[in-house]
Amino acid sequence: MSALLSVVGVSRRFGGYLALNDISCGVAAGHVHALIGPNGAGKTTLFNILSGTLRATSGRIAFDGHDYTGQRPDHVLKMGIARNFQHVRLIRGLSIVENVMVGCHAWIDRGIVGNAAALFGLSSGERAAAEKARELLEFVGVAAKRHVEPPELTLADQRRVEIARALASRPRLLLLDEPAAGMNPAEVNELRSLIQRIRDREITILLVEHHVRLIMEIADNITVLSAGSIITTGPPSVIQRDPAVIAAYLGKSDEPAFGA
Amino acid sequence: MLGSYWESVAVFTGINCLMGISLYVPMMAGLISLGQGGFMAIGAYVCALLTRADVPFALALAAGGCAAAFAGVIVGMPALRIRGIYVMILTLGFGEIVRVFFATFEPTGGASGMGGIRPLTELWHVVVATGAAVLLLWRIRHIRFGRAMIAVHEDDVAAEAMGINLTRTKLLSFALGSLMAGIAGGFYAHQALFIDANQFDFMRSAVTFLYVILGGAGNPFGPIVGAATVTLLPEMLRVVQDWRMTVFGTILVAMAVWRPDGLLPALRARGA
Amino acid sequence: MLLQQLVNGMMLGSTYALVAIGYTLIFGVLRLLHLAHGEVFMVGAFAGLQLVLLWHFGPLGALIGGLIGSALLGMLLELVAFRPIRRRGNSHLAPIVSTLGAGLVIQELMTKYFGAEQSAFPSSLHSVVYDLGFIAVTGTQLFIVGAAAMSMIILHQFVTRTRYGMALRAASENIEVASILGINVDTVILLTFAVASALAGIAGVLVGLNFSAISPYMGIDMGIKGMAVMLIGGLGSIYGAMMGGLILGIGEVLSVAYLESAYRDAFTFGLMILILIVRPSGLFRTGLHVER
Repeated sequence: MSALLSVVGVSRRFGGYLALNDISCGVAAGHVHALIGPNGAGKTTLFNILSGTLRATSGRIAFDGHDYTGQRPDHVLKMGIARNFQHVRLIRGLSIVENVMVGCHAWIDRGIVGNAAALFGLSSGERAAAEKARELLEFVGVAAKRHVEPPELTLADQRRVEIARALASRPRLLLLDEPAAGMNPAEVNELRSLIQRIRDREITILLVEHHVRLIMEIADNITVLSAGSIITTGPPSVIQRDPAVIAAYLGKSDEPAFGA
Repeated sequence: MLGSYWESVAVFTGINCLMGISLYVPMMAGLISLGQGGFMAIGAYVCALLTRADVPFALALAAGGCAAAFAGVIVGMPALRIRGIYVMILTLGFGEIVRVFFATFEPTGGASGMGGIRPLTELWHVVVATGAAVLLLWRIRHIRFGRAMIAVHEDDVAAEAMGINLTRTKLLSFALGSLMAGIAGGFYAHQALFIDANQFDFMRSAVTFLYVILGGAGNPFGPIVGAATVTLLPEMLRVVQDWRMTVFGTILVAMAVWRPDGLLPALRARGA
Repeated sequence: MLLQQLVNGMMLGSTYALVAIGYTLIFGVLRLLHLAHGEVFMVGAFAGLQLVLLWHFGPLGALIGGLIGSALLGMLLELVAFRPIRRRGNSHLAPIVSTLGAGLVIQELMTKYFGAEQSAFPSSLHSVVYDLGFIAVTGTQLFIVGAAAMSMIILHQFVTRTRYGMALRAASENIEVASILGINVDTVILLTFAVASALAGIAGVLVGLNFSAISPYMGIDMGIKGMAVMLIGGLGSIYGAMMGGLILGIGEVLSVAYLESAYRDAFTFGLMILILIVRPSGLFRTGLHVER
């Protein structure tokens, strides 16, 4: 399988601090690829570089063969890479369904005529977006509350809405930043099933996560990061037993123990 | 229909409503302008010059609006990556620059102003224009551009991550507002029949700002209510004669302290 | 001749600087525009005038009168138009409305009491001339430049050497942290208004002496110019306001002397456009203009 996303020699400095050191890896199309590592390993930094929020100090990133190093986030989205945010960023002045429709921004009518038609309810693009939003909200399981504003939902539901919003842009690659954070076991199970259903729609997923059990159950491939460098990459069965990986996590008492 | 005095009041009220909406639009994207008077001036002068050359009113209005919109893009560019208050000062300065320009530009009369403008504005013109602007605001979240403005204002990081071009959205909202102010200016010129730079000074911009804030900055009907109230208030305050401005100023302070959100409450989001 | 114009420019410029410093002090601490500051300036001028007319005070007495009058008004404004809004949670648009309204009220009341016409500002210093060889300066001009310079020096000392001055700088940096550190934020804000307004009052009297006349409408023009200078110098920067004011004053005087007088205001705003295009953060950047 060819790499849908490829990272070559990426480094990132913050002043004198080297957060990422010559990272090279790839995400295969159709995979669920996890990025794990202890706190401070550089996962979030790499994630933000891939989504265009941050620029690499050196190195190149490419999507489907096209180099997109240094592109702005809105351009990255239009290429087909969508993301969520660890601390949910929904728009408070809009209802849930309108939030998801914002995700459709990149592909609905951009012209004056289209927008003007929408004023009178005559835009087919607008209707398509509304329909897509409704469908996605059902897909993630929040359909019943679609006319409500974000603050009224639980955190888990807000997370789902954000994922629906990201999916609304018709991405080929979905970047998920700690989607399971703050969730109870039941919610994590629902998340796992959601991720599987997303993969079934032929969307590749790269997720940064701390929740080890979820990773082991869902990932096809795992890249382990520690102190800015990649320790190893491989399927869950291999990673679980890798002594270097276990060593990287040992001594950090807040991390769940491997194999547990 | 109405007596001609009240018809005139109605026209000016409509023009002010349009001005209020012209500020409301960029405010939705987070850009607060204290210089709408400048855009109004550009629209007024351009439109008046064109009708003097026998250009049809509708075309002249459109041209005035476009000239103002163009100025809006130019002023909007430095405003893109800077904080709200700073944008206010920037636009305030712009308004003053326009005032000084028209006060010294001889071809449009300079300090003596421009008179002999044909009385082309009719009440229904203003009603239709204002109605269209209100319709736009009422349905704003149902159009892609409207949601984009709201998203950019609320959380530009998330907005950009969803494919929204921040620069284009902000500039477009600013230009749209300036366009409206320019058209309002065109209507104004052909109602007042005489214009000079001082009619479009900081006070004009400040009062436009008041329309929106007093009416309620979170509500699409806010600018209308605010404009109507502020325009008609001095009429209602005629009883206190010489103390009108003092009372008005006091009301402003009281409003700011006790009802800073304005007269109308912020609307909750409605379903798609 | 040029030297004479430079002196005129410095006089005008230092009054702009004093007003702009006031704006910038308030902006630095509260991040707000004080749209009634121009009126505070105007009231200072009238306060000084009253002392001259009623009790035959000299220019220095007028200056102190203007200083005190404006400071009191400024503090009153803080208590009435700013503090209640701060109490209710910081809307940064509401103070614009309240200061606009307050400014309007002040202007109207002053017009009622003193009439809309200009009032003459007499001074015993006008007739005294000092011949320095290449230029001649009147007592008035010396007094203006001297008073402005003294004010700025005292302000500098105040801000850098005194406890209150340091509290003010801390509050400008980060008002929440300052309050956690035990600084009484309410007092600091009130004090800021007092200082800013006092400077404006001094400027008012100096302008009165400079032009020998004042009017209730003098606050409008100065109000806007002061904000322009604040922008040119950099929001929140005291030294920026000083430099900006001087540059503007000298520039205006020179453009009137060598170009047409109609272009006087054009210089101000032309300079503003230039700054906005070339260096939007102002001459002395403080970072306060940037988002987040």
